[in-house]
Amino acid sequence: MILVILAVLVWCGGWWLNSRLANGSHAATREVQLLVPVIFGFTLVMVWQLLVRGLMVPLVILPAPTDIASAFGANLSKLWEDFLQTFVKGALSGYVIGCSAAFLMAIVMDRSDFLRRGLLPVGNFVAALPIVGTAPILVMWFGFDWHSKAAVVVVMVFFPVLVNTVAGLRETSAMQRDLMQTYAASYWQSFFKLRLPAALPFIFNGLKISTTLALVGAIVAEFFGSPTVGMGFRISTSVGQLALDMVWAEIVVAALAGSLFYGVVAMVEKSLTFWHPSQRR
Amino acid sequence: MKTLIAVLTVLSVIIAFWYAACLPMNIKGVLTEAERAGAEVTPAGAKERRDLGEFGLVLDNSFAIPATWAQDRPRLPAPHQVAQELWKTTGAMVLKGKMMSKRSLFYHGWVTLSATLLGFAIGTGLGILLAVGIVHSRVMDMSVMPWAIVSQTIPIIALAPMIIVVLYSIGVQGILPKAIISAYLSFFPVVVGMVKGLRSPDGMQLDLLRTYNASTNQGFWKLRLPASMPYLFASLKIGIAASLVGAIVGELPTGAVAGLGARLLGGSYYGQTVQIWSALFAAAILAACLVALLGLIERSVLKRMGMGA
Repeated sequence: MILVILAVLVWCGGWWLNSRLANGSHAATREVQLLVPVIFGFTLVMVWQLLVRGLMVPLVILPAPTDIASAFGANLSKLWEDFLQTFVKGALSGYVIGCSAAFLMAIVMDRSDFLRRGLLPVGNFVAALPIVGTAPILVMWFGFDWHSKAAVVVVMVFFPVLVNTVAGLRETSAMQRDLMQTYAASYWQSFFKLRLPAALPFIFNGLKISTTLALVGAIVAEFFGSPTVGMGFRISTSVGQLALDMVWAEIVVAALAGSLFYGVVAMVEKSLTFWHPSQRR
Repeated sequence: MKTLIAVLTVLSVIIAFWYAACLPMNIKGVLTEAERAGAEVTPAGAKERRDLGEFGLVLDNSFAIPATWAQDRPRLPAPHQVAQELWKTTGAMVLKGKMMSKRSLFYHGWVTLSATLLGFAIGTGLGILLAVGIVHSRVMDMSVMPWAIVSQTIPIIALAPMIIVVLYSIGVQGILPKAIISAYLSFFPVVVGMVKGLRSPDGMQLDLLRTYNASTNQGFWKLRLPASMPYLFASLKIGIAASLVGAIVGELPTGAVAGLGARLLGGSYYGQTVQIWSALFAAAILAACLVALLGLIERSVLKRMGMGA
């Protein structure tokens, strides 16, 4: 009971601190803007810990953060193997293949007006579909190992990147294109010097959406069959064994991998599209 | 008109390619069956054929080509096989008056759809509420918003099997666990889109309301909420697609009882490829219908509000 009351107190304390910070005079500084969400997250984890311990929630319903941390620490090598199998082999290779294929396809579509007219509605349509559903088929075709996971990821990331890249390549104004024409620029010259840079914000939008899709695809594909390693495999078997601390540890890995992946792509975007209004400060 | 011709051309090319792809994909299975039935196959014996290229086999055994489009359990079913299966499990069932039998895709589709819609309603409702809170409270904005954005980079769907099992162990089962996963997936896109929308009125418009001495409440109902509609609908479309994916994935760990996800899983357990493909197409059609329906609502709402293009 004491722990529960403590949880309420921690929550109120965190909230009070945050409201002081957010409504204080330093609210606009970078440090405070970083500090407030960190305090919020920390408060949430504390409350979780105290409530689980205080209410004696059994492990099979919700493990406490400390349980998860100890499961994480005890299974580091296993988690690392799963990470390599699912993220590096499955998601990352599929992501690279899918995005480059979509990029090349977008250039082809950009050169032919007919193809663009025909493929763009189809691409837009497919991008909204539940493509994860192809996972059982692709697992059947490419076997249980990472190849099938990469194939699912390729299919999942292809259309968002394609649609965004095609939209981006059409982003230049007639004036700009005419200017290139007066310089007697060839197609590729105007492509590399004008249209590709102008398309970058759109391309990166597609790439960023795809980072999450890649992880989702790789994990869900493992629910349909996998070797005895991999994040999706570990999650589904650990759920079966009711080892929820392991499941949560795996989810922590997935969350870290997902946000790191996104962060890296966002950083590359920042360095390449520093000229764009959305990146300027 | 030009677009229509282009789209139809692309679609027919895709279908032609699909039929062509059936040849190399299915030829080995077809030849094995044909040999068992006593036909002349070059080269004889499944073992000899195992390492040969598929295209060479197709050329050497051209008699087997029609059979690659009519196998029982092909690696890649031909489009007409999928279409037949779709008709058999939907239209034909309706004609026989067994629309809701366990073999009907309407039954499975409804199981998935009801979870999707319930989850979508919960997720959207909570999402809008949170967005309103974020817009009106600085503290919530600064504490919650970064996490809402970060959470979009996390493969939330990894939680699905656990949510199902945990809810089952505390006695919640049926439609609710799936709906919770759906709600979770549609929640964050709605929050992010709605915050953007509620913030979209610029300083001039907000100042105008201030000169009218409008209260915060009036400002919300008369300016912010109407201004947020285009953003809301954009994120609703993303949200409903995510909800459907959530409901389908939510059906996987329960072990293939009912629903489109169950059809996918069941098909992959028993090698019923035609069933997988028809479930996949049913899911695609369902998603397309839901998005199109939202698009229609969006168009009519925006038009009545004077924002229609």
